[in-house]
Amino acid sequence: MPEFLGPVKGFGVTFRQMFKKVDTVEYPEVKRDTEPRFHGRHQLNRWPDGLEKCIGCELCAWACPADAIYVEGGDNSPGERYSPGERYGSVYQINYLRCILCGLCVEACPTRALTMTNEYEIADDSRENLIWTKEQLLAPLEEGMEQPPHPMRLGKTERDYYSRGAGGPGPGREAEPEDGADEDGTEAANWAPGAGKADR
Amino acid sequence: MGLEEKLPSGILLTTVEKLAGYARKSSVWPATFGLACCAIELMATGGPRHDLARFGMERASNTPRQADLMVVAGRVSQKMAPVLRQIYDQMSEPKWVISMGVCASSGGMFNNYAIVQGVDHIVPVDIYLPGCPPRPEMLLDAILKLHDKIQNSKLGADRRAEIEELEQARLRRLPLAAGAVLHLAAPAAPRLAAGPAQPASGQGQGGEGAAGHEGAAGHEGADH
Repeated sequence: MPEFLGPVKGFGVTFRQMFKKVDTVEYPEVKRDTEPRFHGRHQLNRWPDGLEKCIGCELCAWACPADAIYVEGGDNSPGERYSPGERYGSVYQINYLRCILCGLCVEACPTRALTMTNEYEIADDSRENLIWTKEQLLAPLEEGMEQPPHPMRLGKTERDYYSRGAGGPGPGREAEPEDGADEDGTEAANWAPGAGKADR
Repeated sequence: MGLEEKLPSGILLTTVEKLAGYARKSSVWPATFGLACCAIELMATGGPRHDLARFGMERASNTPRQADLMVVAGRVSQKMAPVLRQIYDQMSEPKWVISMGVCASSGGMFNNYAIVQGVDHIVPVDIYLPGCPPRPEMLLDAILKLHDKIQNSKLGADRRAEIEELEQARLRRLPLAAGAVLHLAAPAAPRLAAGPAQPASGQGQGGEGAAGHEGAAGHEGADH
């Protein structure tokens, strides 16, 4: 190419770009999906009957490098049951002004109660609103779920419950437990703190 | 009403407030204050894929006099704090602040003596943006929320009255008697009394929220 055509060549680069596909994502209208394992905001999961998976053990709070999680455990009672175990998380807060979304809490969680979603639009104009509480973090009730507190619906014993909750073939699957006064009574026996030890 | 009926078609009426809000939100020029890794995401937001220019914000200003919005992107060290405040003071009114990332918003995981625990100790913050670092979409989301705020802001005497009202509301509020910590099942007094028995993280959270707000409240009236 002769030297005097140099500037024209430069325009040629500009001209060629007009036929290329535009890379811009028109964000508020078009939202590209994140990667499936994107670290978005947290979610507190539920068992298939609606009971909470969180047992209030505070391992997430201990694992958190930014001290963003605050948990208070509470005792389940036969009349008021939020999770299948002895304990549940009565207070659960995540401070999204501290949380760095690293996922160490998810790794620490022994019951897979805490996982992360792909939601990321959590900017706000006040500090209080960014401390998310348990009600905001809990997963929405799906088909067949019931708002706790209620008795365990997936089986009478711990073994039944967890094998069913995991989707496995649990023993005694046919016998659908029905809640009532006697049911609560047996449940209380099952879940008394000393009962398990005596069996062993 | 009167005027609308007498107008010929094709003429739109609006208020001065709405028009000013529309004009302001449509060309917010950011004074970038990139301090750490968040600044990388901030630059990515200006790139072709996310294209901040769609919102009239392509001119990332390095001159605070010509800027409207300060995006504090990254952790603010104690040594940087006076500089940040000076840049903010040099910006002309009206001006807004986005605290981008958890470090700017609350110190994040750097809970130590070197880092300011929330940029709202120094300047009044309009939008807090969590994330470490927030992805460009999160920043765009924060900017859009700010646009909404700008569009609905008041002018003149109404604005002054609004500031005064907010200031009074903040002064009336007790440190632990409102907000997230207290809308739980337990009332305030027992939680306070049980203070020493609680884990440290919980106390830090409550105290931090209160402290940040007092820091912000001091500036809010004077600056806006």
